[in-house]
Amino acid sequence: MSVSPLIQTDLDPRDRGGPAQPLLSVSGLIKHFPVRKGLGGQKQVVRAVDGVDFETLKGETLGIVGESGCGKSTTAKLLMGLIERDSGEMLFDGEPVGGRALPWRAYRRQVQMVFQDSYASLNPRMTVEASIAFGPKVNGVPGRQAVERARGLLARVGLEPKRFAGRYPHELSGGQRQRVNIARALALEPRLVLLDEAVSALDKSVEAQVLNLLLDLKAEFGLTYIFISHDLNVVRFISDRVMVMYLGRVSEIGPSDAVLAEPAHPYTGALLHSMPSLDPDNRTQVALLAGDPPNPIDPPPGCRFNPRCKLVAPVCSSIEPPLDPVAPAHRAACLARQPGSGHPDAPAALAAA
Amino acid sequence: MTAPVTAASVALDGAVTTAPPAEAEAFIPSRGFWGHVGHRLVRDPVAMAAGAVILLIIAVAILSPWITPMDPYKGSMLRRLRPIGDATYWLGSDELGRDMLSRLMVGARLSLFMGVTPVLIAFAIGSAIGILAGYVGGWTNTILMRTIDVFFAFPSVLLAIALSGALGAGIFNAIVSLTCVFVPQIARVAESVTTGIRRRDYIDAAKLSGASALTIMRVQVLGNVVGPIFVYATSLISVSMILASGLSFLGLGVRPPEPEWGLMLNTLRTAIYVNPMVAALPGLAIFIVSISFNLFSDGLRTAMEIRQ
Repeated sequence: MSVSPLIQTDLDPRDRGGPAQPLLSVSGLIKHFPVRKGLGGQKQVVRAVDGVDFETLKGETLGIVGESGCGKSTTAKLLMGLIERDSGEMLFDGEPVGGRALPWRAYRRQVQMVFQDSYASLNPRMTVEASIAFGPKVNGVPGRQAVERARGLLARVGLEPKRFAGRYPHELSGGQRQRVNIARALALEPRLVLLDEAVSALDKSVEAQVLNLLLDLKAEFGLTYIFISHDLNVVRFISDRVMVMYLGRVSEIGPSDAVLAEPAHPYTGALLHSMPSLDPDNRTQVALLAGDPPNPIDPPPGCRFNPRCKLVAPVCSSIEPPLDPVAPAHRAACLARQPGSGHPDAPAALAAA
Repeated sequence: MTAPVTAASVALDGAVTTAPPAEAEAFIPSRGFWGHVGHRLVRDPVAMAAGAVILLIIAVAILSPWITPMDPYKGSMLRRLRPIGDATYWLGSDELGRDMLSRLMVGARLSLFMGVTPVLIAFAIGSAIGILAGYVGGWTNTILMRTIDVFFAFPSVLLAIALSGALGAGIFNAIVSLTCVFVPQIARVAESVTTGIRRRDYIDAAKLSGASALTIMRVQVLGNVVGPIFVYATSLISVSMILASGLSFLGLGVRPPEPEWGLMLNTLRTAIYVNPMVAALPGLAIFIVSISFNLFSDGLRTAMEIRQ
């Protein structure tokens, strides 16, 4: 799948910068959580998100992958403003988020999120219909219209309103609840939807149905998705572009075909290798990625992946690799791919012009 | 390592692309949470019996001006301290020769009023404080809850007596002092329940929809915390009745000749050697009502423990 901005974005009156302007662009996003080791111990910080830059184009699906603890969910919460960023800048359709032209409230009407835990994200004391109608109501839609919209969305996500509108979350299956959560996210007519492991907790068969639903909805409403997952198969299926995170930083970003077929970063390669193959003749017994990621309190110097990397060279523990282009629209933070980095595997530096 | 061949893999290959039907499931008529609780509560014989006793006593209290067998205020110097089972005074007569049955019936009014009112007021105030402290957290929580903690330094009986003594005797002041005793207790329960849910994803989702903190507390938080707080408050009614009786007993609550169970217990205590059974009757009434409220709140708590 290639990057394909949808026609609909041209028709959206909220569109300001046109299809070429990224919908959301993030630079230098940092969030450190303070921790204290032991009683009266010295203060330290968990570098959960430590300088993340990326852009989401209009109408695309950007997949974010990585191991547990790499900062995927913290990034999602920072993007939604559920936790405050330490530093960094976010531009939504060219406007700084939280600035005068685009306060958080206005931004959030255009950006919604679907959470991983379908049960915890629905109020157990509210009917499905009331949960979906809550957002429009607090944004000034009259009660009746909000309920109408909730019913319409229930029908749209494949839950017959007559049967499901008056039910409570515990009366639904996991897949049905996640459909409700998707309907709730769409109730405010957002332009960008963040899906944080939205299908990870579902059965494989239900997962496939919900993924197809997401694709249909995206086309119908002209949405842009940021899809966070640890499942590479799912990300390959749904994403136009993929961003790989490791220890709070971006290690690779690019078109999903390129990243998942010819990974430029050894970490992406190792991730792909750790995936069980469907072909019995093509199974691996060798673990390319051994052990756990290093402690984000005290990341290794230089490239954060160097203690586990198969291409490691002395230079890797002294220079932190920048996220540089390796191909058109494809960037990776690996010294072995960067000309003149001093890494023995690096391509030869371009002749000085 | 084996590779799971699943429907998702099929979909990932692009074979399954049609819109899926909703997962088939038998239709469950929705009762809602309180519907389930009510359904379970009516199947609990102990709670139902306790509830029946409470209703009966409330009915007697309301109807007492019309159904008392004798005038509860009119005494007789000649027929004082008659025993239980007397032909005229079915439950005997008190130290001024007034009919005990009539006085107990009318006394239920004030005793129930003094038991329920402070708890109701404290329920409203304490819930508001606790939910605010629990939801907002941080410094607000620290300031509110540490202030509340000061009240816990005093035993509740002592606090009620001290406040009543400072405010002066009387029904209104007794209610004010009892309310002050219960607000911290209810606030603490409300705070702990609210803190338990404020990090749930649905609260985050509500924040993302742009709702104000007040709206989230009212619409999303209240419904989830009011149940446990209510159960706790129900159990406080018996405590409130006993404390109110104690205040009246000390002369800080209801004034004679109004019948109130605590006050009756006080005035009859001089007769304990003459007619102990009659002297114990108001105490028995307090005991029955208290235990009924406690058993009912126990049943309510059990009924609300629905695994979801």
